[in-house]
Amino acid sequence: MDIEEIKEGILAILQELHEDIDFTAETKMVDDKVLDSFDLVTLVTELGEEFDVEITARDFIAQNFNSVDSLAQMIARLLDE
Amino acid sequence: MITNVLEYLEDTVQRVPEKLAFADEEVQLTFREFYDRMQKVASGLCRLGADREPVVIYMKKSPDTLAAFFGVIGAGCIYVPIDEEMPRRRMELILKNTQARYLVYDESTQDQVQRLGFTGEAISYRSCLEGGTDAQRLRAIREQSQDMDPIYILFTSGSTGMPKGVVGHHRGVIDYIESLSEVLGLSEDSVFGSQTPLYLDACMKEVYPTLKYGATTWLIPKERFMTPVKLVEFLNAHRINTICWVVSALTMISAFGTFDIVRPEYLHTVAFGSEVFPIRQFNLWKQTLPEAKFFNLYGPTEATGMSCFYPAERQFADGEVIPIGKPFRNTRILLLDQNGKEVPFGKEGEICIRGTCLTHGYYNNPEKTAEVFTQNPLNPNFSDRIYHTGDLGKYNADGDLVFLSRKDHQIKHMGHRIELGEIEADAALLGGVKACCCIYIRESGKIVLFYVGDIDKKSLTAALKERLPRYMLPNAILSVDSLAMLPNGKIDRIKMQEIYLSQRKKRRSQNK
Repeated sequence: MDIEEIKEGILAILQELHEDIDFTAETKMVDDKVLDSFDLVTLVTELGEEFDVEITARDFIAQNFNSVDSLAQMIARLLDE
Repeated sequence: MITNVLEYLEDTVQRVPEKLAFADEEVQLTFREFYDRMQKVASGLCRLGADREPVVIYMKKSPDTLAAFFGVIGAGCIYVPIDEEMPRRRMELILKNTQARYLVYDESTQDQVQRLGFTGEAISYRSCLEGGTDAQRLRAIREQSQDMDPIYILFTSGSTGMPKGVVGHHRGVIDYIESLSEVLGLSEDSVFGSQTPLYLDACMKEVYPTLKYGATTWLIPKERFMTPVKLVEFLNAHRINTICWVVSALTMISAFGTFDIVRPEYLHTVAFGSEVFPIRQFNLWKQTLPEAKFFNLYGPTEATGMSCFYPAERQFADGEVIPIGKPFRNTRILLLDQNGKEVPFGKEGEICIRGTCLTHGYYNNPEKTAEVFTQNPLNPNFSDRIYHTGDLGKYNADGDLVFLSRKDHQIKHMGHRIELGEIEADAALLGGVKACCCIYIRESGKIVLFYVGDIDKKSLTAALKERLPRYMLPNAILSVDSLAMLPNGKIDRIKMQEIYLSQRKKRRSQNK
């Protein structure tokens, strides 16, 4: 799976969470409170299911969740491990 | 005998005036400071002319907000919390229902108050603190006080789209706090970490025992619940030993391997409630904190806080449900069938509650109150009120009460009580929505809204955000050509759930 495919998968999940937000433009989704704690827990669970990776507390930090790019990098790294 | 909740505070401020009472990262108040601020707010409200009436508190989550709540009680009035998390429309409905003439705001809400269209008198919390304390007047108010006087109105979801304001009173709170403290083994050494918003009655578990014993409560910032490691570090930094959280906040920590990195060092009492605790997650907590005591709590706002408790001491197997146990002292549970008869032991019935803990019902809403607060059908002889929870339960072989399901479409989602009907009512009001139906997928904890109509999903989501609190927003919205119907003309919710799950599966396989 290349990084673009990962991004697409992430976007699909985010879009289901908030139909009305353009996530491709967001770079501070956590810091600007675009996503809240409800969203984060859902997101982590769904990403885990979708990509078959385990996101642990170590990765559960704001900077990994601030943008589609940072999310994709985290997933790519977890897929490699 | 205590007849006013302020007696807890008055007693404690004499005993340990310099001890830390309520704190967050910005504001830390000792009991003396807390008492002083509370008295000033009370005096300020008296000067304005507030008299045994609802006073809206519109402030951010902070120790000062609690001082404002108790200031309202000190003025002999009823506090009505509203919060930035509530959408504007909901706040407007609350203002309309309570007809409040006074509102207290802080720096964080100052600008919003203007936009709310509040027609009464709005005063700033700061200006209250700048005024003096009118001790004589506050004493006179206290002499008039009775234990059935209301002290708060807290709003819960209503199926018709109109939130319902539950009216709590002194004696209900005292009754609850005395029993709760006994069961949880609280003391002046308790250090609480408060998770819940202050506009829910859930926060009383920490707030009142803090006043009663001279304990300490840390209000945990919401952002902490987004990063589990930092959350546990917060607990350790403040030596928090007692938490009463919603299950989703606890599983957020255990489910992501947080305990492999950091463990709560001081925690010895963990209460959780009103939601199913996945056993795998519960066992992770128990393994991590083998010495700690765990309690499952159950209860509706209508019966003041919690009504039942279960000390979760034994091991549970996967798929098992933790019981809700037994009622608190001075509270009784009746399990009734549709005809108002008690069901035989072990059979399913509606959980009904009897006791001092019953609140005064819904503010300004006699119809809704009469629907669920009724004469005890087992007793035709004298006035004897019970509350019908709408929850179905049964006793297990050990004689412990077990929650089974709801009679209606009310759900518990992330610790919040939600009427799916309220979401439907709000969606149906929007132009472009011809029909809609809301279901809850229990397994994944998702609220799913289906609609028929020509509005696009994006506009629908945006419009719902204007009307519903964050926690009530659907997690998924699906546009459909028609809703599945049962022969009796009702929506076939099971079929709709199947439609959602199959669509989702399809989308997932396309992505792969």
